[in-house]
Amino acid sequence: MPRTENDFTQLGIREIRDGVAGGDFTAREVAESLNAAVEAATSLNAFIVTTPEKALEAADATDAARAAGKALGPMAGVPIGMKDLFCTNGVQTTAASHILEGFIPHYESTVSANLWAAGAGMLGKLNLDQFAMGSSNETSYFGNVSSPWRKAGSNAPMSPGGSSGGSSSAIAARLCPAATGTDTGGSIRQPAAFTGICGIKPTYGRCSRWGVVAFASSLDQAGPMARSVEDCAIMLGAMAGFDPKDSTSLDAPVPDWFGNLDADMRGKKVGIPREYRMEGTDQAILDSWDRGAEWLRDAGAEIVDVSLPHTKYALPAYYIVAPAEASSNLARYDGVRYGLRDLPDGAGLQDMYAATRAAGFGDEVKRRVMLGTYVLSAGFYDAYYTQAMKVRTLVQRDFDAAFEQCDVILAPTTPTASFPLNSLNDDPLTMYLNDVFAVPASLAGLPAMSVPATLTEDGLPLGLQIVGRAMDEQSVLNAGLAIEQRAGFTAQPEKWW
Amino acid sequence: MSNYRIHGATGDWEIVVGLEVHAQVTSNAKLFSGASTQFGAEPNTQVSLVDAAMPGMLPVPNRECVRQAVRTGMAIEAEIHKWSRFDRKNYFYADLPQGYQISQLYHPIVGKGALTIEADEKAGIPEDRTIGIERIHIEQDAGKLMHDQHPTMSYVDLNRVGVALMEIVSDPDMTSPAEAGAYVRKLRAILRYVGSCDGNMEEGSMRADVNVSVRRVGDTELGTRTETKNVNSVRFVMQTIEHEAQRQVNVLEDGGTIVQETRLFDPGTGTTRSMRSKEDAHDYRYFPDPDLLPLELDDEFLEACRASLPELPDAKRLRYENELGLTPYNARELTADVEVFARFETLLGETASAIGKPEAKVATQVANWALSVAPGVVKSLGDEADVSHGTAARQAAILKMQDAGEISGGQAKEIYEIVLKTGREPDEIADTEGLKQVSDTGAIEAAIDAIIAGNGDKVEQYKGGKDKLFGFFVGQTMKAMQGKANPAVVNQILKDKLG
Repeated sequence: MPRTENDFTQLGIREIRDGVAGGDFTAREVAESLNAAVEAATSLNAFIVTTPEKALEAADATDAARAAGKALGPMAGVPIGMKDLFCTNGVQTTAASHILEGFIPHYESTVSANLWAAGAGMLGKLNLDQFAMGSSNETSYFGNVSSPWRKAGSNAPMSPGGSSGGSSSAIAARLCPAATGTDTGGSIRQPAAFTGICGIKPTYGRCSRWGVVAFASSLDQAGPMARSVEDCAIMLGAMAGFDPKDSTSLDAPVPDWFGNLDADMRGKKVGIPREYRMEGTDQAILDSWDRGAEWLRDAGAEIVDVSLPHTKYALPAYYIVAPAEASSNLARYDGVRYGLRDLPDGAGLQDMYAATRAAGFGDEVKRRVMLGTYVLSAGFYDAYYTQAMKVRTLVQRDFDAAFEQCDVILAPTTPTASFPLNSLNDDPLTMYLNDVFAVPASLAGLPAMSVPATLTEDGLPLGLQIVGRAMDEQSVLNAGLAIEQRAGFTAQPEKWW
Repeated sequence: MSNYRIHGATGDWEIVVGLEVHAQVTSNAKLFSGASTQFGAEPNTQVSLVDAAMPGMLPVPNRECVRQAVRTGMAIEAEIHKWSRFDRKNYFYADLPQGYQISQLYHPIVGKGALTIEADEKAGIPEDRTIGIERIHIEQDAGKLMHDQHPTMSYVDLNRVGVALMEIVSDPDMTSPAEAGAYVRKLRAILRYVGSCDGNMEEGSMRADVNVSVRRVGDTELGTRTETKNVNSVRFVMQTIEHEAQRQVNVLEDGGTIVQETRLFDPGTGTTRSMRSKEDAHDYRYFPDPDLLPLELDDEFLEACRASLPELPDAKRLRYENELGLTPYNARELTADVEVFARFETLLGETASAIGKPEAKVATQVANWALSVAPGVVKSLGDEADVSHGTAARQAAILKMQDAGEISGGQAKEIYEIVLKTGREPDEIADTEGLKQVSDTGAIEAAIDAIIAGNGDKVEQYKGGKDKLFGFFVGQTMKAMQGKANPAVVNQILKDKLG
């Protein structure tokens, strides 16, 4: 789509930073253009708060640095959206929960600090499922996020996926070129697939969790969401890095993923896991999967069958481990030190806890806190948690064995395309099934990305997922690039917002 | 086994005691945050973002705390686990910001060890006993609630939140209050030797959960136990056991049953009262802390820990007995605490070099001085004493004069009194104050000759076999010499002259 005067909304990270660096336009022009797009798109409800002044401030700093002849960072002049799970100094951080409404941290998460240091600016804090718990962006205290996409012939608002649904919606609607996401069991990949964009969850430990509101510590991992593979590579490079403040952070150098992008798949083997061919998967998804395999073969790869035999146990195990950790991680929201406090007249400490948490947490959060509390309880621990951790080990071994035979694994990202908002609210199990293809890589801590492949007959995007070996984001990005080049996915949602 | 028994109406009962001692690790920073651990700071001034459990904050283990736990484990000759893991203990309370305590339930850093308590007849410990230690794990302390600051609200001080504790869990091996007291004292000594805990029970650096059960003499099964929490002195530990064991016996003899429960000790009355029973005990939902990787210790780290250990109480005590020739009593007293042996060893070194003899030759003299003579002088002077005047060099100077026979034991005390009051030098005091023994045989002989001449009857009786009269002649001689004669010289001359 051609760029009109002063409209920078179609540009990606690379185009913006190169254009700014080359003097084609100023960072301020870009920030103003995107601030305006954000302001005009309130009907998507993608942002919880907007911070146009932050975007301009960062842009001016980039313009000044350029004028002074200083070296510019890899994200210089690029305004982005920040998922409201990242603590941002002086800017309200809520995790989309009433319990943190009005909470303003006086510290900055490592990942967001890395991005600002790389020259990025912040357009605002993006809506999400409450505490990142959800697959449709319907659990936010601040309202549902709408996808910019609609089914052909329908005006029904569609889900942008979740939990990073504000991020996916804003990027697909061209409100920002990129945004941060976090992925615990698919929360980057599934919304990326639903909205026709790219997103990568790196190896567990690549991006620091310090300053990111925790959902399930052993699974949570931040990653970039953008409209191209190369933009993901650039942004991931800016986000990642060892952080001594996070004990689970990987103490390894950050490779030059962008510089080493290479879509030539000759000599590479791509595994097709037969267990992912599940009942209930849309034919369109299966078709796109076949197309994906063809594209990678076209890029020179050899396609091999692999087996991930414990796949069917991954989702149940995930819904034990993640809620268990969440039930403990969310105990700190107790009304004592910050956030919401509900103190009924004459209430004691226990009453205050109960009232505060009843009022502060949404239904899905409560459901998972109760699930997690249950599975950790005396008498149930071994039957649930211990068993789930065994499954987790088996899932990891599945991948280890599969990666003896292939370099990356290709699978669908989701079993269906996006669905209308409010259509699955009463059916949490079906909702949880959305992450059936995403969860195994999360349990194994492996890098995994979703890239857009095709549109359904209804005109909704479908994504393909690539999973790689631990630490091998490069192969994942390279395969993603090979698909991107062949899929030729250029569709955009028609503007209605 | 001790012979401690509770004599009930229906027979004799014996008791079984196990202790869980919480010892604050000596470290400038907390277990998982960089905040200071200094005692007595203004409320909420030593609280990091991690301690306050702000959103997104993460724990990072403090290597020094780990090191101290390992050294402590080595000091009780325990298994050191090269692989251990932190678990979360979940419960809600306002002094626990995270809503969980990071502890080690499943895989503690230190496994089985033991310590020995020495026989002490007077205290009712007839023989040496080895008390098993089941484990040591490291965990976070909680904060403190203050209920007296506001009429309707409680305030919370988070300064202690996250301070590193070692929980040292004994086996149920103790059978009397005295053994439990000795165990706590011995453990405290080891911790202080190692430097892993200052052992300051008043400031809460060390406190014990006391598990007590009773059973009829001869029974082999353990009775139901109660746990009395946070007892913070050796005396209170012993009182807790005495009271709790008697209470349990009373309940059982009245036909009741012991409820497994948590109790509190009231120092005011010396009694315990129920806090909560097992029925309303928390379900702590322990699980591995997913924010932390397992703790893996390599050989190099362990070797460095071992190399840094000082001589420990038992080894030191045996060395004092075997190499310095001290009595078991003196050796035990001198090795009971860090300050005591440090003072002794300094004085021993000074004295040996002042006299020019090996330490072993003067050790007994120095030990007696350090344990009984010097403290006696300090005590008798009360406020008049300025102990800072009593340097090791001055004490050694006194001991040197005594060793050379220049002063008597009584004179040594007198000189030390003046030292403590004035800070003057012992040699100068001895000269100026006339506090020296006369060893001049001429003067002593003259005095003895006069006494023999004036007591002819007694001389005859002595020579007739009344040996006891020797003391009379010594007394008369000392009196004539105004107490300043060297007793050894007096004895020798008297023996010569009386035949």
